[in-house]
Amino acid sequence: MTTESLHVGDTVTLKREHLEKLLQALAGRGYGVIGPTVRDGAIVLDRLTSTDDLPAGWTDEQAGGKYRLKPRKDRALFGYVVGPHSWKKFLYPPVQRLWQVARNGNGLRILPEEKPASPKYAFFGVRPCELHAMAIQDKVFLDGQFVDPGYKARRENLFLVAVNCSQPGGNCFCASMNTGPKADSGFDLALTELLQNGTHSFLVDVGSELGAEIMTEVPHQPAAETDIQQAARILSQAARHMGRRLDTAGIKDLLYRNYEHPQWDSVIERCLSCANCTMVCPTCFCTTVEDVTDLTGKHAERWRKWDSCFSVDFSYIHGGSVRATPRSRYRQWMIHKLAAWIDQFGVSGCVGCGRCITWCPVGIDITAEAAAIRQRDSVMAPPEQSKELA
Amino acid sequence: MIHTLEPIVREQPFFHGLEDRHIDLIAGCARNVRFDAGSILFHEGDPADHFYLIREGLVAVQTVVPHNGLTTLQTVGGGEVLGWSWLLSPHRWHFDARAQQPTRAIAFDGKCLRAKCDDDHDLGYAIYTRFTRIVAARLEATRLQLLDMYGKRG
Amino acid sequence: MLPAPYSIQRVRQETDDTFTLELLPEDSGREFSFAPGQFNMLYVFGVGEVPISISSAPGDLPLIKHTTREVGTVTRAMHQLKRGDVVGIRGPFGSCWPVQNAIGRDVVIVAGGIGLAPLRPALYRLMADREKFRKIVLLYGTRTPEDILYRRELEQWRGKFDLEIQVTVDRAASNWRGNVGVVTTMIPRAPFDPSNTFAMVCGPEVMMRFTVMELLNRGVAGDRIFLSAERNMKCGIGFCGHCQYGPTFVCKDGPVFSHNRIAAILGKSEI
Repeated sequence: MTTESLHVGDTVTLKREHLEKLLQALAGRGYGVIGPTVRDGAIVLDRLTSTDDLPAGWTDEQAGGKYRLKPRKDRALFGYVVGPHSWKKFLYPPVQRLWQVARNGNGLRILPEEKPASPKYAFFGVRPCELHAMAIQDKVFLDGQFVDPGYKARRENLFLVAVNCSQPGGNCFCASMNTGPKADSGFDLALTELLQNGTHSFLVDVGSELGAEIMTEVPHQPAAETDIQQAARILSQAARHMGRRLDTAGIKDLLYRNYEHPQWDSVIERCLSCANCTMVCPTCFCTTVEDVTDLTGKHAERWRKWDSCFSVDFSYIHGGSVRATPRSRYRQWMIHKLAAWIDQFGVSGCVGCGRCITWCPVGIDITAEAAAIRQRDSVMAPPEQSKELA
Repeated sequence: MIHTLEPIVREQPFFHGLEDRHIDLIAGCARNVRFDAGSILFHEGDPADHFYLIREGLVAVQTVVPHNGLTTLQTVGGGEVLGWSWLLSPHRWHFDARAQQPTRAIAFDGKCLRAKCDDDHDLGYAIYTRFTRIVAARLEATRLQLLDMYGKRG
Repeated sequence: MLPAPYSIQRVRQETDDTFTLELLPEDSGREFSFAPGQFNMLYVFGVGEVPISISSAPGDLPLIKHTTREVGTVTRAMHQLKRGDVVGIRGPFGSCWPVQNAIGRDVVIVAGGIGLAPLRPALYRLMADREKFRKIVLLYGTRTPEDILYRRELEQWRGKFDLEIQVTVDRAASNWRGNVGVVTTMIPRAPFDPSNTFAMVCGPEVMMRFTVMELLNRGVAGDRIFLSAERNMKCGIGFCGHCQYGPTFVCKDGPVFSHNRIAAILGKSEI
């Protein structure tokens, strides 16, 4: 065991029995620790009070429209991938009050939200794809002309413990999107779980000064070369065993030139416009606003709520919705996610987490839809639909 | 006939690209006309043996609609051509035309020009291609009018 | 961003469904300036917000004017407001008419219906520096003569500022002696030199599409034609995602777009 100060770039080994000390170190500094836990047959994100709350010995089976938890033969703490929740639930909550307003006579008095004691979150168990998703949402809420103050405050106080994925899920394609299975940056600490020869430990990469500071307080050892190689082997194997693949070569222009591809007609025979995909997607950020008053008519509030481009009146302007058909709304979502996002924010909107495939009730697979369009690129429905007379 | 209108016909954008001999033939059927505000150019049902190239002013193409009275469907202004019924039998006007403002125009004798087109098919081709363009543009404008673009549904 | 309270100085009925609010900030020290083409989000207590283009002259500040049609819950509530009532204003947002690109050129403005409202500040800007521009032509089309906005001003501009103004209606009343026909029919013969023209277009999307076609047919360069687009907006600041138009956000990349930027999606169905 060593208590020397650690530095950014260091790699150490943490024994399973000492993982609790990491949680305690975070709690001791006032962090509310959030991480994966089993509830209602799924692995969701919630407060962790101890390592006992982690889904030890569980794995998930994911396919198109399918999610099941299954027990593992070992007691791995992170032997699964992502569930229906993403971290945007905490960074950009589903319901936020924007302001309140009081009316007296003719006048209006706008009351801004008080700066809340910004919650200090420690996200424990963030997958590499999710780190990228957070970085993408940073571009939306922090890098433009306007900055969302709530998002900024919650993001600034965040401590991130990432977990590299040793076992990709059935719908995962992070390797295609260059977002995993290994976290390269954007974390304070990154863990790789090692279960071998009866030992259970974690390789820990130190990604920040604060990560170094906290990890110094936790019992650890310098990483053995064999452990480092074992981790590298696991992760490179994981990269080769992704559940799915998305060919991203020229995908922006591919989709832009195929607005009228027959594949949109095909997908809309299945899509229910249920909006599940947008709710579970870690980068989707659309919201709506709701104005409410009390019964006296003297007090009103404006609330911001998660919304989805699949909703019928999402694009409503005087008299009708621009995207009146479900076909146009599915097309909007997919072209935005894989193409327009690149023009808007410089990166793809998709991190390859596969949630939209898992949680789609009819199992629509964005990678398959993109492949179908690529396969018959620029195929237009024949302009003339007459039939030969016999 | 003195072809004093030949230079005026030649400078009209509508006749650009025509050969000199065709300009001469057309000018031979042309005369200057003037209408005071409110005066009638032609009535629905009249024989259509003319067309007009408006030089200045405004002419309303109108029809009588029961309960609404005389209704203007479209107006034709400076630089525009009015009338193609002279080209198509039975050569009768389908609408009324009334000058809304003092209007100067060149009136072309359609009977005369029809005969010249029969004799010189190259002239006929040149006339028909130009009028086809006019009719197409007028049809497109009418379709947009029908769309009622500014209606409540935006 | 929080709304700032503005009190209504005057409600002017423009047509049977269109009205203009003239507003002054409650906080007289409030700094506010805008560029022609930009919009504000107007808040009606307890009802909601709508994006409306600013349609006053920059020179009228701190007074601002918003002309709007009554088309939904918020605008309907807005129409019930009286002098002295207070609304909230967030803004200004969005891109502006790049009038400085028109210096030394002919300027053609094609407005349809209420589309004249977001163009009015640009017209004021042109008139404030009249000598910097060559010919200025305004082509304005509405449904009927009763829908013509800013009639008195149109007359003033015609007389005072050497603007060529041509007005047309789709449907005439029996006492209308002016042009009848869609506004696009006036483009082929309008007195401007296409090789040196800057164009600004605003109106229903169909009208803008066909207007652009006519302008391009006459030889006006696509990168000198500007349009103002409209989409559903909930925030005005690029967060809610509702105003997306292809890869653009109408609230921050627009509402004013050069034709070249949106040529690929203009006219595509349900984009």
